[in-house]
Amino acid sequence: MARILLEIVTPDRLVVSEEVDLVTAPGVAGEFGVLANHAPMVAAIKIGELRYRVGDRVEYLAVSGGFCEVSNNKITFLCEAAERAEEIDVERALRAKERAERRIQEALAKAEKIDLARAQAALQRALVRLRVAEHVRRPAAR
Amino acid sequence: MPNLRDIKRKIEAVKKIGQITKAMNMVAAAKLRGAQDRVEKFRPYATKFKEVIHELVGSGAVNTSQFELMRERPEVKKVEIILITADRGLCGAFNANLINTCERFIREQRAKGRDVSLICVGKKGAQYYRKFDIVRESYEEIMSRVEMFNARAVAREAMRAFIDGEVDETYLIYGYFVNVVRQVPKTEKLLPISVEKEEGVEETEKKISGSYIYEPEPEELFEQILPLYVNTRVFAGMLETAVSEQAARMTAMDNANRACGDMVQSLTLLFNKTRQASITKELMDIVGGAEALRKG
Repeated sequence: MARILLEIVTPDRLVVSEEVDLVTAPGVAGEFGVLANHAPMVAAIKIGELRYRVGDRVEYLAVSGGFCEVSNNKITFLCEAAERAEEIDVERALRAKERAERRIQEALAKAEKIDLARAQAALQRALVRLRVAEHVRRPAAR
Repeated sequence: MPNLRDIKRKIEAVKKIGQITKAMNMVAAAKLRGAQDRVEKFRPYATKFKEVIHELVGSGAVNTSQFELMRERPEVKKVEIILITADRGLCGAFNANLINTCERFIREQRAKGRDVSLICVGKKGAQYYRKFDIVRESYEEIMSRVEMFNARAVAREAMRAFIDGEVDETYLIYGYFVNVVRQVPKTEKLLPISVEKEEGVEETEKKISGSYIYEPEPEELFEQILPLYVNTRVFAGMLETAVSEQAARMTAMDNANRACGDMVQSLTLLFNKTRQASITKELMDIVGGAEALRKG
């Protein structure tokens, strides 16, 4: 089967560079999948789970906001942060989750819109990390 | 006549300073390699980002004037400068050069009758401007390891002020890394974002792209990407400054080390001369004494 080159780039490093069968990404307008020879596309990405399949192997990543570009049978994700499931520090994500929940309460109490939005984004990032990390401990059957 | 023991003590002291500067030189060299490595890793991200933004603007898919972050204000009354300096000194004129550039820029803007406010990134700039009442925000102790979330915080504050109408233009001043022996302060306009049309880039872009599918609609997509682009610009400025700082420190410490060597040499010369002089003097005393005994 034809494959597509997947690259996930963050400001710190090249996280993934691999020929894959299928990429599923959390688009702003909903989750979408990209197969080989996809038409040129630019799509915005929100905080969420990104997964890709190579043969029978499925890999999971937690990504935060960014966008992706498809052209010439190559898909490039530009995200401010991206971590493979096995790289995720569960302890830290749990702490971040609690902190974010506390902040949301505080922001609600003071009716601070900006703080609330920021705390909600932080909570979302933490939740996504936790969910993605689950896949390592309990690998899903595809 | 200088005291022999004093000179000796001075030589020892200078030698010790030489050891310190040498160590600092080597530390800076190691850190420079690390920082350069990070710039290398950041480059693909930055390049791709620019490409996509150029593509979106160049293809006419979006109308730039409808975005708050790109809209030029008809009248510019307030200007903000994000001044990126190092947290630490002992790197030659590096921080002073950045501050001088900033000072000059402030004078120019004030001559045009504009108000100036400042966001300081890095301790040295903040320390200098502490006595003036123009610093709006300052971020310190974040330059030893440049992190995206710090850059994001700076960018977020700058964008907030811009969108709320507190400032009409925002500039970035940072240490641009030319090479290991040359770093120059650079001033760039950050907001409103202007996408300068580089012919070369667009030519190649057109060939591979054709027409893109945009998801969501180009306008909405652009709205999402623009703030990320500002983050990237601030991050890039911080990375450049961090690399330049280490390079400047390396050179400064190398010079200091050489100066130490020169000083040890001239002090040793003085030491030997003094020693010689005192021996001659003693000899003369002895000869004089012997002469006196013989006569008497």
